[in-house]
Amino acid sequence: MSDRDRPWPVRLVKGFAMFWWDFLIGDTPELFVAALVIIGVVALLRGAGHENTAAVIALPLLAVVSLVVSVRRAAKSRR
Amino acid sequence: MFRCVDVFRDEPRKGDLKVLAVTVSSGVVVLVGAVFLACAVEMVEALTIVLAVGHTRGWRSAFEGTGAALAALAALVAIFGPALAHVPLSSLRLIVGGVLLIFGMQWLRKAILRASGLKAKHDEDEIYRETVEELRAISSSPHRDRIAFVMAFKGVFLEGLEVVITVLTLGTSAHRLGLAVAVAAVAVVSVGLVGVVVAKQLSTVPENAMKMGVGVLLVSFGTFWTGEGLKVRWPGNDAMLLAFVALYLAVTWVLVGYLRRTRALPVVAL
Repeated sequence: MSDRDRPWPVRLVKGFAMFWWDFLIGDTPELFVAALVIIGVVALLRGAGHENTAAVIALPLLAVVSLVVSVRRAAKSRR
Repeated sequence: MFRCVDVFRDEPRKGDLKVLAVTVSSGVVVLVGAVFLACAVEMVEALTIVLAVGHTRGWRSAFEGTGAALAALAALVAIFGPALAHVPLSSLRLIVGGVLLIFGMQWLRKAILRASGLKAKHDEDEIYRETVEELRAISSSPHRDRIAFVMAFKGVFLEGLEVVITVLTLGTSAHRLGLAVAVAAVAVVSVGLVGVVVAKQLSTVPENAMKMGVGVLLVSFGTFWTGEGLKVRWPGNDAMLLAFVALYLAVTWVLVGYLRRTRALPVVAL
């Protein structure tokens, strides 16, 4: 069954899901996973240990590390 | 009488005007900059498609498609804008922070790769030429041009959807949806007017530099809101946003420099 044969509500939902998939994951699934890891680590630091200072440092630091890893990964694959 | 106001946490009152004049600083400036740049960049991309459609197939269908897309986007803002106001603020900020963190890192990654020469730059002239060729290959109907309508609608709607998400997420999280919508409108109208004047020369817009700026601002907001959503107490409150902007600019500068240097090194066969 091709896309054109499907009823329009199905195509609408599929298009909506595809948009969010491309928007959040696309060709950089590592950044999506990194964001989940960052949220998990900071939530643990704040929730379990009440470590505000560690959370203040960890959040931007993990974001920088994720960006560097993703850029280096892309650079290697392009060379 | 003075009351200490945090522009991102407290609703402004009439008596807060003097304090707000002092405290409307880092947070709001970064918000305005992020929304304006993001909207301008997406508008350049949408305008390229609309100009290509208009020049090739006629302006009537191009304008109709653009109008329909703008109406659909306005409806999305009208539906989801007030609905987002009912989501608990800490949950909203965590979701928005996470989305902005991912989206911002994606933009920044692309901009770094482009600036260091590892990815082709976004060439509006090339996109214009390709769109014109594609449209000329399809025969047109003497009456209503459905292809031109759909092409203009898709171009404006898809680019505009990213603008809507940026405006809604940044605006609602900062309690400044009205300001975000106004800034977005100014950006769209400004780029539209410039586009009409320069017609096909949208490639002269420094798009990669603008995208890099948007990436830095989105990651900064993403970091800030994710922390706010997780109850992190930032030193200096919203002034911390400026520290994040400086940090991510520095990281971007170092990464671009490093990639340019390593790209220039000769490959030695072993």
